[in-house]
Amino acid sequence: MNIIDRRLNPKGKSLANRQRFLRRARAQIVKAVREASGARSIQDIDNGEKISIPADGLREPTFHRAAKGGIRDYVVPGNKDFVEGDRIKKPEDEDADGGGNEGSPDGEGQDDFAFVLSRDEFLDIFLDDLELPDLVKKKMKQTESTTPMRAGYSVTGSPANLNIVRTMRNSLSRRIALKRPKPAELRELEDEIRALEESGDDPERLSALRLEFDRLIAKSKRVPYIDPLDVRYSRFEHVPRPVTQAVMFCLMDVSGSMTEHMKDLAKRFFMLLFLFLNRRYRHVEVVFIRHTHEAEEVDEETFFYSTETGGTVVSTALVEMEKVIKDRYPVADWNIYCAQASDGDNTSSDNAKTAGLLETAILPLCQYFAYIEVGAEYKDWLGRDSDLWRTYKEFAKPGGNFAMRRVRVRSQIFPVFRDLFAKERHDNAAWAGGGGEA
Amino acid sequence: MKKQPPAKRELLFTGADWDFEKIQRVYDAVEEIAKGEMGLATYPNQIEVITSEQMLDAYSSIGMPLMYKHWSFGKHFARDETMYRKGMRGLAYEIVINSSPCISYIMEENSMAMQTLVIAHAAFGHNHFFKNNGLFKQWTDAKGILDYMEFAKGYVAQCEERYGNKAVEKVMDAAHALMSHGVHKYPRKRTPDLAEEEKRVADRLAYQEKMYNDLWRTVPKGPAGKKGSQELAERKRQLGLPEENLLYFLEKMAPKLAPWQRELIRIVRKISQYFYPQKQTKMMNEGCATFTHYTIVNRMHEMGLLSDGAMLEILHSHTSVVFQPDFDDRRYSGLNPYALGFNMMNDIKRMCIEPTEEDRQWFPDFAGNNDPYGTLRQAWADYRDESFLLQYLSPALIRKMKLFKIHDVAENPEMEVAAIHNERGYREVRKALARSYDIAHLEPDIQIVDVDLAGDRRLIVHHFAESGMLLDGSEAVRVLRHIANLWGYEVRLMEIDPATEQVVKVYDDVAPITEM
Repeated sequence: MNIIDRRLNPKGKSLANRQRFLRRARAQIVKAVREASGARSIQDIDNGEKISIPADGLREPTFHRAAKGGIRDYVVPGNKDFVEGDRIKKPEDEDADGGGNEGSPDGEGQDDFAFVLSRDEFLDIFLDDLELPDLVKKKMKQTESTTPMRAGYSVTGSPANLNIVRTMRNSLSRRIALKRPKPAELRELEDEIRALEESGDDPERLSALRLEFDRLIAKSKRVPYIDPLDVRYSRFEHVPRPVTQAVMFCLMDVSGSMTEHMKDLAKRFFMLLFLFLNRRYRHVEVVFIRHTHEAEEVDEETFFYSTETGGTVVSTALVEMEKVIKDRYPVADWNIYCAQASDGDNTSSDNAKTAGLLETAILPLCQYFAYIEVGAEYKDWLGRDSDLWRTYKEFAKPGGNFAMRRVRVRSQIFPVFRDLFAKERHDNAAWAGGGGEA
Repeated sequence: MKKQPPAKRELLFTGADWDFEKIQRVYDAVEEIAKGEMGLATYPNQIEVITSEQMLDAYSSIGMPLMYKHWSFGKHFARDETMYRKGMRGLAYEIVINSSPCISYIMEENSMAMQTLVIAHAAFGHNHFFKNNGLFKQWTDAKGILDYMEFAKGYVAQCEERYGNKAVEKVMDAAHALMSHGVHKYPRKRTPDLAEEEKRVADRLAYQEKMYNDLWRTVPKGPAGKKGSQELAERKRQLGLPEENLLYFLEKMAPKLAPWQRELIRIVRKISQYFYPQKQTKMMNEGCATFTHYTIVNRMHEMGLLSDGAMLEILHSHTSVVFQPDFDDRRYSGLNPYALGFNMMNDIKRMCIEPTEEDRQWFPDFAGNNDPYGTLRQAWADYRDESFLLQYLSPALIRKMKLFKIHDVAENPEMEVAAIHNERGYREVRKALARSYDIAHLEPDIQIVDVDLAGDRRLIVHHFAESGMLLDGSEAVRVLRHIANLWGYEVRLMEIDPATEQVVKVYDDVAPITEM
């Protein structure tokens, strides 16, 4: 009998099958993920998601008999009081409650197929067809990034790049060619010498062997095991790789008019954006700007977690953004994106300035500008939209690079986010609308 | 058989933890009893320790250690995993593979007592059955299966690389849908070679010469219409129709398939054929293994090799395996093959050793022969579920399990109790139970009957609907689509009442989906 411990065998033997399964059910899974994402909170984003998909595309049909009809005989155990000839009424309600198994041997039938997607699978599918619009338009920065590519072998190099296979191959052929004595031969000779020494007979052969032994030792010293000649190094060449550089500006209103609920919505939106950028683009920088009546650039931590209060002057954020662009992100080298979240409130006198800034300074620099308005739908006493909404509305022209949406409850964030960054819509990238209006 | 006086020996292990040494010791003790006392003959054993995740893996690829890649295995894995993680379902304690060496998987989570049970159950019970049962001997090649699976896995991967996942998937899906109708139920006739054929022709000529009678010339010929039916018969003969092995027919005859597609179908067909004996002997196989482990662990306990605690743990698990709820119990979901099998084996043993008068009447061949293991070994070798039940189910066991037969006609509002466990009912219950284990009866009888090669090449498939039991229509249409995809032309399915040969139901013709 053999006992084999297979526990250390590589895991995930069924990974390839799973990938095939996910690919197969892709359409249904994508739909289910979209639906599931509405109910999902941002904190959950680190967990897997249990989703349920219609079993339709996943059927494995077989020829089998319908569950009913015809003449059937059954043999069952546990007879209590039946005698031959008894009649039993058929259970009527079978369809009503036990119908799930109808016509399906594995009990799946029309039922949904439920399983768990891992976090990565979930995000991959959720973020799959999203992208930053017009990313490649801008000029590429040339020499910034290079990537090492294999380029044969060389006789010099750093020890880390030593190519052992090549080196040993050279060494072996050289040893064969120069007839370096093998260790086994030496050992044999040595044994024989020792045996002769112990027994003491045939001294002539002993001295001959000793001479031979010395000769071989000398030879193996002359022909080293590994010679510097043998050594080869893997050679790498650095190939420059074009990089599209992009920067995303996240502008958030944190003024007093923003309630906790609104801030929560805005932060969720930006978290999603951040996650999306980090996952999909390696070379995207993110700049966080928050504003009240004055704006400042902050780090991620402060942006998401610290609190602040004050009045609302939106233009300050745009001014700050313009300044940052001027300082650090020359328009020639960078694709610039901006996402702004606000409750739509603005100091009335600032509206004109904001509009002007946006039109003359910001929009011409940006590839894409997305504005979301969070919180309860704002109507002033005249029944008009919020200040900012009215101000921005005129920029939201089809074919432009400006889009705006409203988000009122948590469940709208995912759909609105998808809507703003969906691949297929960036050719008519802008139109105004209440994205999440139910 | 007289029990040896229990010679007390040292405990093989204490505590729940297992290690390789303990497993070896237990294996040796189990082997001693299995070979020495029960006379089992097994393939060499290979025991592999795996984790629960690997067990799930093995589950999803129908228990084979090597399997080609297919999305349906991923689907099963996802479902099994979800259910397992939720605690809705436990995992089997072992999986055993009909191969030589016979591979038994045991899980690392099992306690040492459980490992003992599993070794006796799988490595000896199932293993003996695999090696000795006639069906397995005839249909499966235990030595070659792992090599074949290795080939299949590589071949499918190669095809995926060369022709794309989608194309391979299309063939495999279709082949999987027909898997249960891809087996030869009887050994095929060997096609005669040329020399043999010539000899037969010569023989026939000689015979005709010898029997020549000029009078035959004067016998009027049959009506002219007969020629058509002769042509039809000739065409059918050439195509080997009717054919119930749908996969075989498509593999050999489908006009549009490329060689690699035929090979893929063949792979699925071979695997299906390999599992065919297992389907036919499920109850016996489990009964044999359960009886074996039960006998062996009891002997081990008697001999003092197992502690009382370990024995209790084993019995706990044993009783839950052979538990048979009554028909009116909420837990009832059909006859438990473990329970029925185990009960029958025990019953046979009882009849060999302490037969009643009734047993002697019913089973004069072996009742009271005092050789329970020999009798059982013979049953395990020569029968399948259906014939085993017909041959060995005793009135005593029918009474014990209180089996009764229900006759259900779809149109009637009531079902009838047709037979119960009494003098008049034994044979009928036994016959009906045996029939319900007959695969040929359980699976619908579907045959390819004709194909119009000169015309539109439509394939005609018949379902002989026994006792008026029709196919599940929506599923059938889906399968027809798969057949059409392989065949390349339209397919028509008709359901026929075999008694009257009337057509009961005709499905719409299903055309293949052309390439996307």
